[in-house]
Amino acid sequence: MDLASIGISMLSMGGMGALFAAGLAVANKKYYVEEDPRIALVMDNLPGANCGGCGLPGCGSFAEGVVHGEVAISGCPVCNDDAREAIAGVMGLEATKGEKIIARVMCQGGHYESAHKGEYLGIETCTAAHITGGGDKLCLHGCLGYGECVESCPFDAMEMSENGLPIIDEDKCTGCGNCVDACPRNIIELHPEADTVFVACRNTDTPKDSRKICIKTCVGCGLCVRGVEEGLMTMENNLAIIDYHLYGQGTELPTAKCSTNALIVLEAVPEEEALSA
Amino acid sequence: MSYFLIFFSAAIVNNFVLAYFLGICPFVGVSKRVSSAVSMGMAVTFVMLITAVVTWLIYHLILVPFDVVILQYVSFILVIASLVQLVEMFIRKVSKPLYDTLGIFLPLITTNCAILGLALFSVLRDYSFMESVVFGLGAGAGFTLALVIMAGIREELELAPVPKYFQGAAITMIVAGGLALAFMGFAGMI
Repeated sequence: MDLASIGISMLSMGGMGALFAAGLAVANKKYYVEEDPRIALVMDNLPGANCGGCGLPGCGSFAEGVVHGEVAISGCPVCNDDAREAIAGVMGLEATKGEKIIARVMCQGGHYESAHKGEYLGIETCTAAHITGGGDKLCLHGCLGYGECVESCPFDAMEMSENGLPIIDEDKCTGCGNCVDACPRNIIELHPEADTVFVACRNTDTPKDSRKICIKTCVGCGLCVRGVEEGLMTMENNLAIIDYHLYGQGTELPTAKCSTNALIVLEAVPEEEALSA
Repeated sequence: MSYFLIFFSAAIVNNFVLAYFLGICPFVGVSKRVSSAVSMGMAVTFVMLITAVVTWLIYHLILVPFDVVILQYVSFILVIASLVQLVEMFIRKVSKPLYDTLGIFLPLITTNCAILGLALFSVLRDYSFMESVVFGLGAGAGFTLALVIMAGIREELELAPVPKYFQGAAITMIVAGGLALAFMGFAGMI
């Protein structure tokens, strides 16, 4: 290829490029879409993790929704009160305080508590273990211990304990619910911060089987149900269930009666105690 | 070849999607609802028509006289990319809901092989200016037709008792195959 054709190539391509660029520049001016400047301001105050906790695809669409009045500012479960106030300021509204929601793990069956049926050598994720043989623990309802929830947390609020159970940092947890979706066994639930008493077990096996698979399981004895007001707790499929509509702050539940420590005040069982058990 | 034959050939007999298997990505991606399929078809038809005009001019007035035919691919891509930018701006201005519905498939028209295929076919077949305009229109109409038929079937499928393991992508592939088979019936007419 000689110099002339290189020159012609450069000229023709450059010329075409410049021509199209000019055309697009004109079109851009003509078809310019004005965006509400408040969208960017609201966006600045959002966490920006695109966690999807609000039910929209990301923080961008949430900001758009707020500005257009389609979603409430409190729709973002992740924002702290300061951010909500700032957004309300942008929109000229009064901020309402939302209750802090925290994810809670409804299982205490770590490596030490639960009985094992063998060794699991498959892909080390909860989903894989769940759909193949159910991991190495006998319990078919409890934590598998491969930490898929920890990986799904966009706020770094979870870690796996030595005992193979996820621990949630209550200060960092924003209640976005990603871990709830990540858990193939549905043992993570979102609860208001005020709720502290839980039946931390989801095992529905018969009492006889339950005792064999885990020392901290709800065996379905029903002692707790008999000790409280009518309706506050019920037994379903060998599992005690607390009705949180009736449960209020200061309600006493018979945690001491539970023979297996499945009904707990959440902070009451520190890790060391679990290790010695 | 008469203009009618060129149009008919591009739209039906040698349909870009169902006979040449070009532009399959939006064919599967934007065929969930008839309304958005029609809009997508219109956008692609517009880009195809203008591409046919501009690339013919570029090829016959710049590339051939200056003996730089080697640049045809890159210059055609340049034309297509600029046109898609223009369409994107236009749709965003005129109809935000449509812009959201088409989503990523709108900018992806740039890399839609049906459009580059159109430009290259019309060079390869040595079409005159008017012929390549008609060819562009026909190809666009064929693309719209394929998309709309597909969208119509998929709307019906939403209500059909599809076996569990065939739901979603699987049944879509089967339907696409069936459609292509049906269009094979036209093969050899022209």
